[in-house]
Amino acid sequence: MTLATSEVRPTPGVRAATPPKSPRSRRRSRRLRRYAQWLFAVPALFTILWFFGFPIVKNVVMGFQDYTTTTFYTGVAPWVGFANYARVLGSDVFSTAATNTALFTVASVAFQFVLGLLLALYFRRAFPLNGVLRALLLLPWLIPIIASSAVWKLILDQDSGILNSALALLHIPAVPWLVSPDLALTAVIGVNIWFGIPFNVVILYSGLAAVPSELYEAASLDGAVGWRAFWNITWPSIRSVVSVVVALGIISTLKSVDVILALTKGGPANSTQTLSTAAYDESFTQFQFGQGAAISNILILVCLVFAVLYLLVSRKEVDE
Amino acid sequence: MPHSKRRAALAAAAAITALPLVLAGCSAGSGGSSDSALTIQDYYDTTHDAIYNGCASDVGVKIKIDHIPYDGLMPKVLQQASSKTLPDVLMLDLPNIAEIAKSGALAPLDQFKVSTTGMADGIVKAGSYKGKLYGLAPAVNTLALFYNKDLFAQAGIQTPPTTWAEMKADAKTLTSGDRYGIGLSTKGAEDGTWEFLPFMWSNGADEDAIDSPKAVEALEYVKSLQDDGVLSKSSVAWDQTAVDEQFIAGKAAMQIAGPYQIPTIQKSKVNWGSVPIPSPTGAPSVTPLGGEGFTVPQTGDADKMAKSAKFVECLNSPKNQEAVAKLSETVPSDTATASEMGKSDATLAAFITAVRTARSRTAIVGDQWPATSKRIYTAVQLAMTGKATPAEALKTAQNEKD
Repeated sequence: MTLATSEVRPTPGVRAATPPKSPRSRRRSRRLRRYAQWLFAVPALFTILWFFGFPIVKNVVMGFQDYTTTTFYTGVAPWVGFANYARVLGSDVFSTAATNTALFTVASVAFQFVLGLLLALYFRRAFPLNGVLRALLLLPWLIPIIASSAVWKLILDQDSGILNSALALLHIPAVPWLVSPDLALTAVIGVNIWFGIPFNVVILYSGLAAVPSELYEAASLDGAVGWRAFWNITWPSIRSVVSVVVALGIISTLKSVDVILALTKGGPANSTQTLSTAAYDESFTQFQFGQGAAISNILILVCLVFAVLYLLVSRKEVDE
Repeated sequence: MPHSKRRAALAAAAAITALPLVLAGCSAGSGGSSDSALTIQDYYDTTHDAIYNGCASDVGVKIKIDHIPYDGLMPKVLQQASSKTLPDVLMLDLPNIAEIAKSGALAPLDQFKVSTTGMADGIVKAGSYKGKLYGLAPAVNTLALFYNKDLFAQAGIQTPPTTWAEMKADAKTLTSGDRYGIGLSTKGAEDGTWEFLPFMWSNGADEDAIDSPKAVEALEYVKSLQDDGVLSKSSVAWDQTAVDEQFIAGKAAMQIAGPYQIPTIQKSKVNWGSVPIPSPTGAPSVTPLGGEGFTVPQTGDADKMAKSAKFVECLNSPKNQEAVAKLSETVPSDTATASEMGKSDATLAAFITAVRTARSRTAIVGDQWPATSKRIYTAVQLAMTGKATPAEALKTAQNEKD
């Protein structure tokens, strides 16, 4: 059941104390109201078009141009049609980057969500230090990613990191976390999960708090507790919150580039290269801005697909 | 009443929409200063200011110094190129000079009669593009082999190695416990290419054909250091700073590094020495040139550009070369000045020798250096991580459609 705001209806028999309007003045006042509505919208519209629309349009156009450092000085960017896209899609690194992006996003969001939900459910109980611990849980989210990535890099060092030192106590040989092409992606996903849990906990916790406790009491009278209570009461109630968290998680993970750049810079041997890091590399290391734009546009398309999916899912929920 | 209300509303709307446009217009045209002060832009810190001020009074101009963080210089230069607000004197990392010169944003220095006599050939090439000189570097750096004298004495090695075979043998003797014989960077970034070039060039391979047999031999040698256990497998993730940390901590008995590491090594307790990097046969090795060159961008103001060229020339005078070199632990570009400095300061001896035969990274491939560097470090990474044999890795990288 949705909480729709009810419309205010005037009580019958009471009329506003304005003089009756002629048809012409009524039309004029309607037009005036329309103008006023547009005037309020114009500054916001202008800001969105200028600061969001313009860069996206320029990026799309750049994907079709041969845009190099020379272009910055001369302003000349020859039109090359789909040549950039052909080059990007045909390059050896693209399929690796696309696969890595998919793995990175799915694994990060799945584990962030599940662990976040479990923690949020746990913190619904009252126990000593509940508030303090919940505040501490926010720390990964608050610390700048560059700073915490630098620390994680030291922790995961093969020879001298404390993680391997701890594993050595359990007689496990040193694991090449960020050095082996087979393990690097797993290590980076692990660190990204650590970053993303607080956000999921916070949003899911507030979603859980909105579920009225009378439902649980009523259900426990009928014998529905634990897993059945979760599946039949909690889950349907927080569905809309879940779709928000998952959609935001997917879109922000798809474009995350600082975690990977700080930990491995896409290496070793392109094993942690994703579409976003590849776009960064093409543009800012190789100075091939046209090809970097082409990769970014592909990424924008993928994000757009998920954004549309989210809109469809949330619209369905509103209609229920 | 409704009529004038509407007029008022429309007037308000016009004002509201005009405001952001006005603000945008205000910020767009910040442009170059119209006064006579020269703007200098670099990524150094304020320690270089004294030298700049000295040249300012020599040339008779006022200057405005702009220090930008290292990673931010190139993006700022590109932005300035598009808004035509380039500074009067621009410092660029040597391999970037060809890239920016190609765009036409830099003025060739020969029209200002800037002299390069006495400078090593490689250094002049490093500041040139298509045969024309665009940037002059007062001081340069290159790579050499640092070694831990105490560990060498403990292992009974009398003299540091001079050939590849000796280097591998010494590294084997020095490897024990958690200490590796040698440390170098094979990272998938410019650092990895930078430290592989001495091996590739000293064996006779060139960077425009990296699948040549000589290049394969070089990569096989570096891979064998890892296979024999004298080079850590973590080298694929190390940048030069990380390698230096290993050397200082005693986890690597030798390291391939540049003179910019000397300050940190001197602060540590390591009893260090340096020699030119061993070559396959003992002949002088060929190492890459690094450093920064000062250029004169095209600003359209002929008078200012002439003054800027004089300023660049002043920065490259022997006296200032020595001052810059002392500041950043680098080698003066003028061969005679460098030799003089070597007589009084022994720490840079290995580097002074190496700079004489050092090579510019952009000499052959010019503005294609970023793509070439990427091919080299991609191949090195593929081979060092075991995903391909050195021959396959170099062949794949050379043929990469990029």
